[in-house]
Amino acid sequence: MNYETIIASREGPLGIITLNRPQAMNALSTKMVTELISALNEFEKDDGVRCLVIAGSERAFSAGADIKEMAEMTAVQMTMTGHFFPLWDRVGRYPKPIVGALSGFVLGGGLELAMSLDVLVASETTQLGQPEIDIGIMPGGGGTQRLTRAVGKYKAMEMILTGRRIGAEEAKGLGLVSRVVPKEAYLEEAKKVANEIASKSPVAIRLAKMAVNKAFEMGLTQGLDFEREVFYLLFASEDKNEGMNAFVEKRKPEFKGK
Amino acid sequence: MNSGTVKTETKNGVLWLTMNRPDKLNAFNEEMGNDLLESLKEGEKSPEVRCVVLTGEGRAFSVGEDLNANRSMIESGKPVLLGEVLKRKYNPIVQRMRKMEKPILGAVNGVTAGAGLGLALACDLRVASDRATFHEAFIKAGLVPDSGTTFWLTRILGLGKAMEVGLLGEPIDASKALNMGLVNWVFPDDRFREEATRLAERLAKGPTKAMGLTKRALNRAVVVDVDSALEYEMYLQDVAGKSKDHAEGVKAFFEKREPTFTGE
Repeated sequence: MNYETIIASREGPLGIITLNRPQAMNALSTKMVTELISALNEFEKDDGVRCLVIAGSERAFSAGADIKEMAEMTAVQMTMTGHFFPLWDRVGRYPKPIVGALSGFVLGGGLELAMSLDVLVASETTQLGQPEIDIGIMPGGGGTQRLTRAVGKYKAMEMILTGRRIGAEEAKGLGLVSRVVPKEAYLEEAKKVANEIASKSPVAIRLAKMAVNKAFEMGLTQGLDFEREVFYLLFASEDKNEGMNAFVEKRKPEFKGK
Repeated sequence: MNSGTVKTETKNGVLWLTMNRPDKLNAFNEEMGNDLLESLKEGEKSPEVRCVVLTGEGRAFSVGEDLNANRSMIESGKPVLLGEVLKRKYNPIVQRMRKMEKPILGAVNGVTAGAGLGLALACDLRVASDRATFHEAFIKAGLVPDSGTTFWLTRILGLGKAMEVGLLGEPIDASKALNMGLVNWVFPDDRFREEATRLAERLAKGPTKAMGLTKRALNRAVVVDVDSALEYEMYLQDVAGKSKDHAEGVKAFFEKREPTFTGE
């Protein structure tokens, strides 16, 4: 897989996507979005890939949408191409787990991309924000919905209405990122978390991810019903037998995704 | 860029930053704030710089904010907006000093007061001339300690002593400062420059990478709990373990010789 604006690679059970427009602080362009979708599709088809990592550079995960490109677009073009909507749709419903490795600037569309991932590991230099308001627009890639669900109305309002950035520790306090580690270690740490996820049953991981995401879509009763149904479903998996046997036999389980 | 209010000289791996408004006892005006911040940024970037020294020209280290500006605002009935001054001028300097991954030695040559004391305390180590005096002068002007002094004083002195210094603002001479732990070394004034140079050049020959990481770990340890400190040490030790200086340090140990560090 050869791309211009991203690097897609395999490391054991991990599919790793590195945003690679360093001179543009990994700003999301139409090209990058197309390539991201294509890499996500490839990794979905590859049964050897059990968890993904999406990273940028130490300086910037992604500083947001490519403003030069966006500035030229008309409302009709936006509507007809969906702008980045195909990416938000793809990544938001992706069946495999994705760990985000954040460092430096995670702004605008960059933060929206991060918030559609499943677990976020951040370097201590990370700065997160929705600064769209500063250029006379507003978040359009899920920011108003996902940030509000992640940190609550009042913090989301402050960030979205003032454009103020928050640091890694503050984001951790808000529950937006799970771990904050030194800048030299964030990528390794993200891979460590991804490898840990990759060592579990892919069936259980897939259903668990789906069930957690349902919490944002359903009322409690429907959510609990959904959880119970997929929970029962797991009792039909070989991985459930393997996991429970290994526990009783005091050995490490070997999950096959069956 | 540098308008001359901070003299810069790099020698033997040491970047000497000399605050240079001696007729004003090196009080800070806008230019000096900008010059110091810019010089720190350049020192941070330059690979040949492995230690930074902050010192003052003339008989003062620095007496902090130039009160002339406050006086003219007060006399003309304008509101005195000091928070803005801190945000724009001093806080970025303190933050940059704290984050710079190179050792910073404060060479306190003379009187230091107010934000000048704040900047001396923001240095990683302090060597003082026996002529140096320390004035937590804010209270005498009806102000609160700023530019990081509340943070450093409580950590260096403990809350009890910090209260005494902050509420009474009595001058502290060099020997008392040494006893309190406000400075690490005091030397007679005629040897001061030479001893400061010796210390700085010794720091510049150290394993800069490991020193930078040590600085990060210590600065963090004063604000977190022991479990977080242990975890942070673990990550940084992974980084340090991969450095060339570590390989050299181990090699020199077994070859029973002094290591030659390159800072990588």
